[in-house]
Amino acid sequence: MRFTKDHEWVELDGDVATVGITAYAAEQLGDVVFVELPDVGKALKPGDSMAVVESVKAASDVYAPIAGEVVAANADLPGTPEMVNQDPEKSAWIVKIKVADSAQIDALMDRPAYETYLDTL
Amino acid sequence: MSMQTIGRPTRPETNAVAAAAPEGAKGLLQYEPLIFELGGWSKTGVDLPDVAADVADDLGDLVRTAPIGLPGLSEPETLRHYVRLSQKNHAIDLALYPLGSCTMKHNPRLNEKLARLPGFIDIHPLQPQSSVQGAIELMDRLSHWLTTLTGMPAVALPPKAGAHGELCGLLAIRAAHEARGDARKRVLVPTSAHGTNPATAAFAGYTVEEIAQTTDGRVDLADLEAKLGPDVAAIMVTNPNTCGLFERDVVEIARLTHAAGAYFYCDGANFNAIVGKVRPGDLGVDAMHINLHKTFSTPHGGGGPGAGPVVLSAALAPFAPEPWIVHDQNGYRLIEGREGVAAQAFGRLSAFHGQMGMFVRAYAYMLSHGADGLRQVAEDAVLNANYIKARLGDLMSPAFPDGPCMHEALFDDAWLEGTGVTTLDFAKAMIDAGFHPMTMYFPLVVHGAMLIEPTETESKAELDRFCDTLRVLALDALSAKDDPAALERFKAAPVAAPLRRLDETQAARKPRLKWTQPAAPAPLAAE
Amino acid sequence: MRYLPLTPDDRAQMLGVIGAADIDALFVDTPASARLKGPVDLPLHQGELEVELELAGLAARNRPAGAGPFFCGAGAYRHHVPASVDHIIQRSEFLTSYTPYQPEIAQGTLQYLFEFQTQVAALTGMDVANASMYDGSTACAEAVMMAARVTRRTKAVLSGGLHPHYAATTHTLAHVAGVQTLRLTPRIDAEAGVIAAIDADTACVVVQTPNVFGQVTDVTAIAQAAHAAGALLIVVTTEAVSLGLLKSPGEMGADIAVAEGQSIGNGLNFGGPYVGLFAVREKLVRQMPGRLCGETVDAEGRRGFVLTLSTREQHIRRDKATSNICTNSGLCSLAFTIHMSLLGEAGLRKLALINHAKAKRLKAALETVPGVEVLTQRFFNELAVRLPMDATEAVERLAAHGILAGVPYSRLDPDAGMNDVLLMAATETTQDGEIDILPRVLTQMLEARA
Repeated sequence: MRFTKDHEWVELDGDVATVGITAYAAEQLGDVVFVELPDVGKALKPGDSMAVVESVKAASDVYAPIAGEVVAANADLPGTPEMVNQDPEKSAWIVKIKVADSAQIDALMDRPAYETYLDTL
Repeated sequence: MSMQTIGRPTRPETNAVAAAAPEGAKGLLQYEPLIFELGGWSKTGVDLPDVAADVADDLGDLVRTAPIGLPGLSEPETLRHYVRLSQKNHAIDLALYPLGSCTMKHNPRLNEKLARLPGFIDIHPLQPQSSVQGAIELMDRLSHWLTTLTGMPAVALPPKAGAHGELCGLLAIRAAHEARGDARKRVLVPTSAHGTNPATAAFAGYTVEEIAQTTDGRVDLADLEAKLGPDVAAIMVTNPNTCGLFERDVVEIARLTHAAGAYFYCDGANFNAIVGKVRPGDLGVDAMHINLHKTFSTPHGGGGPGAGPVVLSAALAPFAPEPWIVHDQNGYRLIEGREGVAAQAFGRLSAFHGQMGMFVRAYAYMLSHGADGLRQVAEDAVLNANYIKARLGDLMSPAFPDGPCMHEALFDDAWLEGTGVTTLDFAKAMIDAGFHPMTMYFPLVVHGAMLIEPTETESKAELDRFCDTLRVLALDALSAKDDPAALERFKAAPVAAPLRRLDETQAARKPRLKWTQPAAPAPLAAE
Repeated sequence: MRYLPLTPDDRAQMLGVIGAADIDALFVDTPASARLKGPVDLPLHQGELEVELELAGLAARNRPAGAGPFFCGAGAYRHHVPASVDHIIQRSEFLTSYTPYQPEIAQGTLQYLFEFQTQVAALTGMDVANASMYDGSTACAEAVMMAARVTRRTKAVLSGGLHPHYAATTHTLAHVAGVQTLRLTPRIDAEAGVIAAIDADTACVVVQTPNVFGQVTDVTAIAQAAHAAGALLIVVTTEAVSLGLLKSPGEMGADIAVAEGQSIGNGLNFGGPYVGLFAVREKLVRQMPGRLCGETVDAEGRRGFVLTLSTREQHIRRDKATSNICTNSGLCSLAFTIHMSLLGEAGLRKLALINHAKAKRLKAALETVPGVEVLTQRFFNELAVRLPMDATEAVERLAAHGILAGVPYSRLDPDAGMNDVLLMAATETTQDGEIDILPRVLTQMLEARA
């Protein structure tokens, strides 16, 4: 699993990357009440806003960590947004992206590097 | 991801106190069901003459046949229902209502009486203009007062609220640029701006860029200058600003803006602080909305209706929306389309002429105060806010301690550090102490913001009662550092209100936005 | 000054506490060159009596609807408002409160908003209603903007039966957002031509029933055609009382229903303040503009109400908000709710039937006048009437005889070539005798002119 400075996580399986937000991000946001998902087929560039995670008081964009095409979005999230608080780094994945260039993932932080980064915040 | 974590906790932290009885009364405050649980399907509180059963037969299958789902009540039941509900509200008439940026001042009852004269409340917007000369003249006189008080040549009365006024101003600006063939794309808005400013700019088809704020709570001139350019249509600056401070560099802001070919939209939400003291027209403003429900005392009514006329500079005046008011030897007239002097009007903002009911109230208020009284309004509003800042400044932390504030005193939550008490907790504890909380967590640029606006209609005695209460509460909050019981009192507050803290998370996760009939048993009262 | 409690002594003491030499020391941040030395050039303060006399003088120069025969409609309708409605909305706790930011001490406002939303959803036959918009016309414009967002398309088809001022208001907002408004030719049965205008770029179709000419249409087929093309159907109602009798927008397939709610609980007020009703299908709720009130529980598990789904709104989403609207039409929505609670289903239906009966009487009376043609065939309480003369001139002549005969269509739409069309409404406030004198008065006027 790899991580971005914007607190997304990415896990690659073949040429499909699963993306979600980190436990740290979920904790900071507080109670998540809604997740707005992208349409399947949407083409993404790194840094594009691809989903929105909402708490009662804020709407936070989730950015694409890598380029690619959305091949799946987690349909359970709109109905049970609390999953993002309960299991952010596994069952509350947000999208699956068919990756254009897997080298973009290698460039992201690994877990120790992300934890070191969190200590600086 | 972009993490917006600013703001208040949104879920009650304790469920410790057991419910006495879910439907229990408190003192004389009654539990009150919804109308749908009280009313009857065949019951009505209105006596109407009988009508033939077949009168709608000509409409055939255009007539609805299924039940609508609207219960009715008799008149005494209706009164009791809504009067009981009313008692669960705080109101200006009960006590200080210190919501910063909202200007909760006294609403004179003379204005209510006059707005209900048949000659105002019972006239139709499209009846012949010859039959409503008094109404159009009142609009014209109101316009004269607004333009004179602001030092601006023109005013558009139609906008129905502050945000609608912002839209009116930006559409006039857009039309002025377009008339010159100058398509511009961006609008600059300070980080401290009210959310309606960027939302309005986006609605008017512009992209929004933020201007940084200085450490003393004003527009950062260097940042403004760097961001101005040939594609900037306008800046939107609130003055006095949302931190309750006057933009000292306002004349320079206007000069820079005009030098870049852009217009200066001033959000006049806080005009009450300077009415009669300074005229926006003398500061280089091109357009400014005036919330009649703030500066000119029309009632807030639980969230509306408001009114947001916009004063305009000579450059923007030709583009004001329909209708226009004109006056000649034949009397007063509304121009309702793009014709004559209104040929360049940008269009229509709503079906009719604006909030006439509010115009009557605001005009009555202006006549009551007069030019002298309105000046005193601004002075007393500013005096009251500075008095609060002075009386609380040693315990709570003013966000901008240096120099005077205008009509509202802004504190941050630095003084609560280490206590475990948040701005939200402090606000909720104020309810138990008998006061409506101040505006909290706004403006966003100040951490844990507490924005207190007393207005000019508070007596010194009420201000002292408020300050004395807040001082006791503040000391209590500070004691929470090493007193878990004190902290618990803040976390549990309010306990004396009709309800305890509400679960906003549940409301948003599983929205229930209307009453639905429970499966069984049927909830309706016997008929 | 009666609204200012501070005495000169108070002010001096307070300046002392602040540590300011005088009041001008508190205005030190304003540019010295712009500071006014004294009051602006306007009259000085006046007592309550003087103000009352001045405004009463202005009011006396207006001819109230209730002062005689009155047939104006076209988007604003005169109905009887029960006395208790106005009494309740003048209670301090409703009149002088604000947006329920602190729900623990604003349950009165929140609960009536929840009742309002439920009533509006029921009346329009929709799933969810918001806490109200400024008025019907701005609600219509916002509905079009919402449809463009939802469908990501940029064309709105406006029926020729839509109130011309609603079309103009919508155009004002839409064109700056790059949404094209295609307004079809105004005709009594304009809805018949709507389907042909729908294409693959169409975000929404806006139809009004009863339309501006009073014509009632079942728009089910238009809904089907819009949906087949991937567009939304917006149904507009300017006379809310009609919803008590006619098929609801929801029943006919509307995706968004907007209405002017003034007819219920609110006076004519020369055009404002009014109350816009806005209701949608469940799946569109997160794209809705405006405030929403929702049910929840407090820390003790008791039912309570809060403002919710706020992430749609400007104070959180800022430039990405669904609208810039920041308030609702609070007190007008309260008046609507109270009046509706008094009427109940039974009262509303009866009120609607009475309105229809009055309009039938009006139609029958007009049809006896030689040269006058009633154009509207299926109507609720309003008729378009063709006169053998200019309608504006006719209205002015009749006004001189104390009769407000209606609204010339050309006042709303000067370029439509319908200068001889008069819009006439009758409600429960219209007395039979006022209708019955019309044939004689109209005939006399036409003969005198001839």
